[in-house]
Amino acid sequence: MPRVAASAEILRDTLSIQSLLTWAKLKAKASRGKGTGAVDARFWLIQAFNGISYGALLFLVGSGLSLIFGVMRIVNLAHGSYFLLGGYVALSVIWTTGSWLLAIPVAAFTVALIGLVMERVFLRPLGFDPLRQVLLTVGFAFLFQQAALDIWTGNPFDINPPAVLTQTIVVGGLHLPLYRIFMIGVALFIGLTLWLVMEKTRLGATIRATVDDAEMARGVGIDTSYISMLIFALGAFLAALGGVIGGAFLGVYPGLDFEMLPIAFAVVIIGGMGSLGGAAIGALIVGLADNFGKALFPEISYFTLYAPMALILAVKPTGLFGRE
Amino acid sequence: MSMSRDRVKILIVVVALAAVALLVPHTTSFIILLATRALAFSILVMSLDLLLGFTGLASLGQAAYLGVGAYLTAILAARYQIGLGYDFWLVAAFGMLGAAALAALFGLLATRATGVYFLMITLALGQCVWGLAYRWNSLTGGDNGINLEHRPKFGIDLANQVTFFYVVFGFFAASLLVLYTIVRSPFGRSLVGIREREPRMKILGYNTWLHKYLAFIIAGAFGGLSGVLWAHTAGIVSPENVVLTTSVDALLMAVLGGAGTLVGGIIGASVVLFIREYLSTLVHWWQYALGGVYVLVILYLPGGLMSIPERIRQWRTAQVKSAAAPH
Repeated sequence: MPRVAASAEILRDTLSIQSLLTWAKLKAKASRGKGTGAVDARFWLIQAFNGISYGALLFLVGSGLSLIFGVMRIVNLAHGSYFLLGGYVALSVIWTTGSWLLAIPVAAFTVALIGLVMERVFLRPLGFDPLRQVLLTVGFAFLFQQAALDIWTGNPFDINPPAVLTQTIVVGGLHLPLYRIFMIGVALFIGLTLWLVMEKTRLGATIRATVDDAEMARGVGIDTSYISMLIFALGAFLAALGGVIGGAFLGVYPGLDFEMLPIAFAVVIIGGMGSLGGAAIGALIVGLADNFGKALFPEISYFTLYAPMALILAVKPTGLFGRE
Repeated sequence: MSMSRDRVKILIVVVALAAVALLVPHTTSFIILLATRALAFSILVMSLDLLLGFTGLASLGQAAYLGVGAYLTAILAARYQIGLGYDFWLVAAFGMLGAAALAALFGLLATRATGVYFLMITLALGQCVWGLAYRWNSLTGGDNGINLEHRPKFGIDLANQVTFFYVVFGFFAASLLVLYTIVRSPFGRSLVGIREREPRMKILGYNTWLHKYLAFIIAGAFGGLSGVLWAHTAGIVSPENVVLTTSVDALLMAVLGGAGTLVGGIIGASVVLFIREYLSTLVHWWQYALGGVYVLVILYLPGGLMSIPERIRQWRTAQVKSAAAPH
């Protein structure tokens, strides 16, 4: 057990922005006078890498939120809860079976089921009343928060991935944690799969039609109620997946739900609501902005994230890449 | 008919509030504290209700204005010893003005949007304020926040629990009165018109944007007042007061009590605080009670707890009618 804890410590340390920053500063101090340019470049590269891998995680959370908005015109305020629940369910699976690999699908499908039930039993009966539906998702966010406290206590936990993934690899003199590369890989895989389904299949076409104009879609015989159930479950699935994967370096703790929610919103708003490609670009922008913001001007780092979001919303409410 | 029914409603509210003011000081100190908190926070809830219930704009960033009032109070008191004597009234006015100024700035962006877009833009703006409170250590004390050592003393000593309760009660009653006057004024009526159908109001020649903008600023000002009181109630101001969950709390309380009723705010605040602070000491399943009550209200009582009497009356008339109807 102590060994595992230590490995988590090391993982978190290699991943943490602050440590990289101090490391870069120390290096810069040590090599002052003799070619700080290389260190500077390395610092920027590592920050960019961290930003992109964080963006990969944000894509998982943001894409689901974006699709749900596109199809149902509601903002799901329980989306952060799905993220957190994903992490918690994964922990339970790891505690009982010891398998991290098993924890990923179990957590994602469990939370997808929760999302599906929530949509079918509670949101659907409200019909087309976005405000009440949104308010209802707030209620569920609270309910989930309390249930999580009751079941998993208020202690913070870490999800420890297999030792293979905690290594670092050296690329061009840069020490890159393998786990972050894995995160990028997962996001790429999910993104590509979603894109293929959306663009190349009949189901994808019906989803796109529903996003564009739900009323017309119903008119031509598309079962939009079925589509929204599907998308809601998919969104929950993706958020939970993000929760498991992100649990390795964000941790799993009470309050993470409402910390993740506004960041996911930033992704969706910058990228544009209801657009998959937009979510990818939004996730990348937010991931990078968050990393560089915290490294360069920590005092106003959150401000630099949310102020552009508010400005974009005011100027173009559908987001930078959203369709009118 | 409707006039007299309104009078009855006002009478009920006045009697209920008078009962609260008379009875609460004779209870335990825990309940006095709880009531003081509920009253201070419910000013924020009422400010949100002006937007949500009357103008149809669901704000998810109302905690920002509470934050401005609270931080202003705390920074002035802790750093400069301002606001601990008679100048408390000055700080209260400052808190309202500061929050109104922020709302005037934010409103320029937010009132361009409606529906869920308004919700998201207010969320983003609220997060801006939270980000500053959380990270701007030199000004806000960062995560630790700012402690207020003493409550103001001006002729009366607010350190006394009962005295402080009455002061907060006074502010609450005054806010309720002012907000009620606003929503009953022609200005308030046109807000309701905007909520119901904005294009029609535009056609009728109303500058709907200006109406919404003014409502946003007024709501901000009362949010600031709530913050000034909250700072002295809690004795500490931290990013916790500005975080998204605080805004969500305010929204939850407004909807729970009944959006568009103003007094629903104090009912919602009382119920939520009661469940969270009091029920939690009695039973372990309290955690589900809050979310459960809220979900049930959204599903079955869209008018909130305040609509229960109306519901009962409707149900009764339906019973009478079905009994009288010839078969």
